[in-house]
Amino acid sequence: MARIMKITLFIPCFVDSFYPQVGISMVRILERLGHRVEFPEDLTCCGQPGFNSGCWTEARLVAEKVLRRLRDTEVVVIASGSCGAMVKNYYPELFAGTPLEKDARALSARTYEFSQFLVDRLGVTDVGACFNARVTYHDGCHSLREMNIRDAPRRLLAQVKGLELVEMKQVVCCGFGGTFSAKFPMISTAMGEVKCASAAETGADYIVSSDSSCLMHIQGLLDRQGKTMRTIHLAELLARS
Amino acid sequence: MNARDAILARIKEALRTPAPPAGARDHDSGHPPTGAPSRDFSRFLPAVGDSFEDRIQSFRAAAAELKADFRLFETQEQALASLRQLSAEEKWQRLGSHRGALTDAACEILRLPVVQTDQAYDVAALEACDAGLSECDALVAQTGSVVVSSRSAGGRALSVLPPHHVVLARRDQLVPDLPQALAMIQKKYGDHYPSMISFITGPSRTGDIERILVLGAHGPKKLTIFCF
Amino acid sequence: MNTSAHQFHEQATRLSHDLRHRALIQTALEKYEVKRDEKKAVFQDWQGARQRAAEIKWEAVNHLDAYLVDFARKLEGRGTKVHWAENGEQAREIIVGIARAKGARALIKSKSMTSEEIHLNESLEQSGVSVVESDLGEYIVQLRGEAPYHIVFPAMHLTRDEISDLFTRKLGTPPTKSPEELTMIARRVLRQKYIQADIGLTGANFAVAETGMISITENEGNSRLTSALPKTMITLLGIEKIVPQLADLALFLPMLATVGAGQLISGYNTLYGGPRQPGEFDGPEEFHVVLLDNQRTVLMSDPEQRDALHCIRCGACLNACPVYRNIGGHTYGTAYSGPIGSVITPHLRGLLEWKHLSYASSLCGACTEACPVQVQLHHHLLQNRRNVNRQKPVWWEKLAFRAFAVLANSPGLWRLAQKAGRLAQKAHPLIKGGALDPARPWTQSRDLPPLAKETFRDYWRKRR
Repeated sequence: MARIMKITLFIPCFVDSFYPQVGISMVRILERLGHRVEFPEDLTCCGQPGFNSGCWTEARLVAEKVLRRLRDTEVVVIASGSCGAMVKNYYPELFAGTPLEKDARALSARTYEFSQFLVDRLGVTDVGACFNARVTYHDGCHSLREMNIRDAPRRLLAQVKGLELVEMKQVVCCGFGGTFSAKFPMISTAMGEVKCASAAETGADYIVSSDSSCLMHIQGLLDRQGKTMRTIHLAELLARS
Repeated sequence: MNARDAILARIKEALRTPAPPAGARDHDSGHPPTGAPSRDFSRFLPAVGDSFEDRIQSFRAAAAELKADFRLFETQEQALASLRQLSAEEKWQRLGSHRGALTDAACEILRLPVVQTDQAYDVAALEACDAGLSECDALVAQTGSVVVSSRSAGGRALSVLPPHHVVLARRDQLVPDLPQALAMIQKKYGDHYPSMISFITGPSRTGDIERILVLGAHGPKKLTIFCF
Repeated sequence: MNTSAHQFHEQATRLSHDLRHRALIQTALEKYEVKRDEKKAVFQDWQGARQRAAEIKWEAVNHLDAYLVDFARKLEGRGTKVHWAENGEQAREIIVGIARAKGARALIKSKSMTSEEIHLNESLEQSGVSVVESDLGEYIVQLRGEAPYHIVFPAMHLTRDEISDLFTRKLGTPPTKSPEELTMIARRVLRQKYIQADIGLTGANFAVAETGMISITENEGNSRLTSALPKTMITLLGIEKIVPQLADLALFLPMLATVGAGQLISGYNTLYGGPRQPGEFDGPEEFHVVLLDNQRTVLMSDPEQRDALHCIRCGACLNACPVYRNIGGHTYGTAYSGPIGSVITPHLRGLLEWKHLSYASSLCGACTEACPVQVQLHHHLLQNRRNVNRQKPVWWEKLAFRAFAVLANSPGLWRLAQKAGRLAQKAHPLIKGGALDPARPWTQSRDLPPLAKETFRDYWRKRR
């Protein structure tokens, strides 16, 4: 069993505002595993919205604070693959050629998405969860392609009592894409509809993901369409017993 | 400054700033960028066996996948007998061909009027032929391809204009894979290449209409390979 | 919003709602995906192949001047006339000039996206040369007066019935539901065109510097015929098509076929090095190769995005892109659509006019993953966005993100904003989805979740 770690949680802006249960679940699971959890209350956003819009100067204003604040951390765990990719993969690019580049690379090396942290760093796949339902897993694109996370969430789900996992036929973007969802809502919606149809084909009761931003978009479509399928974040599911 | 010089100058200017090396940020490959790239591709490409039997199997399977009809015989006589049978089945009346050890023997057996394409010929006459008989430079086991050239296979049109292309090949023309096929071509022709070299795999095909496979889009509808 | 962007928004909206189009493209691509994955699995090391292919293309592009000189010299040594065109206008002049010199009336083409890029057909028609596309898909869209829908499958968006109607209208042939019969109709019509044409014009997939040859990949055999029968042959290609050695084709040909069409190798891969040589009795008497820059050197001068010139025009990124399959190839309004088109069009035709293509992406990265030569496509889309901001920032967007930064960096203001948001959300149902709704881009098709009464911050504070 791993020694007790001091785990610094980075809670993305929309998790804090819309889905606090995700963060709360993470705290519960990590503490149950015997670790110390720390949360810097003054960090709100990773800076991705500005970054993805090409406003890198403005994004740096936000990211710089994150970088400085997370300097003296042992390990940083983020509740979203999308924000995780921002910090891990894109901070080095955002700060390339600046005095903070070294810090960005160092932070990148000790940043994890939640499922990745549990499985790859702590070596834990069974968190004692119980969830009686058929679920399907949606791979957020940043999780999948930027952070190379594919197995970790599935290994965790495999240990959940009562859970049946059915895979969708296709691995494809849900269409959220941050500001893309507002700048090109018609394309975003079409992509989301394809995702919902793909999920419905599995006959699952729940769509699970480690990205609440994706789930916000998918649930928003399901609700508008009056569908009964529900979305749930991986951390929330794992906290159920 | 003419266009050539202008373009070359712009390229030179652009290249003064170096670009990051290939695969510098791609996380998928897991292979660190090397210096000058080696041209040893065999370990990436589909595997091909070492024995003749393995290679023939490879060729047969790959050729079949792209709808070529591959026939292997012990002797030339058997092959030509089969060819004569094919001619009768298909009711060929006129052939296109070129002179060569294998094609001469084939044309003699078939006893049909022949449009020879390795001398001045009439395109309309070739267009009216039922089949085009040619030799080849090689058979490629890895891909099921027939390598022809405008020197080994009677020009450019013979292997593509008539509706049925028939290839006569010897067993020793089988090469294992694409890298070796290209190396063989370079060795064979030195610096005096034919004006056309073609890797033919299967008859002509298209999927342009609803992705449904149709053979004989423009080129031959059938490709039959006699190997002995 | 400029005209191009406006048209894009309109068409994208229309196509996004077109469920028939969605289903058609989905079906076509599903079939392709199965075959593609089969063939990728046959490679012993697909990822290794991608890396090696990227390195070879890097070598080619980053020594392009030397390789082009070699290429041209070898070709000329075998009697080929090599022309250089700085832009589309020069290329058109050269080609129209050749046609004029030959007194040509009829020209048959095999597939060339580069000729689409420079709008060659119109120029030729205007100068009195009739142009016929010989690739079946291109022939079909030519009859319809449309641009190609996809760089590899130009008629992907059409059903057999639509094609049958088209042939009935334009060729007077009886209607049929059989793709085979439709193909045979085209075969019969085009056969005569090959024989009658004065000039055959082709594109090229690769240009081999070492041996001075162009390489053409196809399945139909139409390019073989275009290069065999007419007395004059012209090949038009972008300068970036160079590969250093003949041996390189052993890697590129199967990779192109695998992701381009789900085949291990295409039906015809042909190398042309010159006009008919002594001892050859067919093939063109004259062979012209036109090398085109047309802003490729502009792209080259951006070292960050220079790898976009590695593109082998396979279409893999189009096939992988969820945006492409929902809005279709025509919506882009450019010769090159899909992710590669979105990346390079700003460089070829102007950043500010074509920036919208770089924003119309969720940056999912499927394109980069699919690319056989590791072009960092979605990273380039992001870089285009950044470059737009550097060149001509959108002032209100900058202001909005600056304001957001103030908010994000001040925990007190953040909490205030969350409280205000909760209040506003109570009133929201009154204006939801309507013209007054500030969240309308979202709420016109989706519900918004409620802002949490107790945020994570609140929970954490309680714990202390």
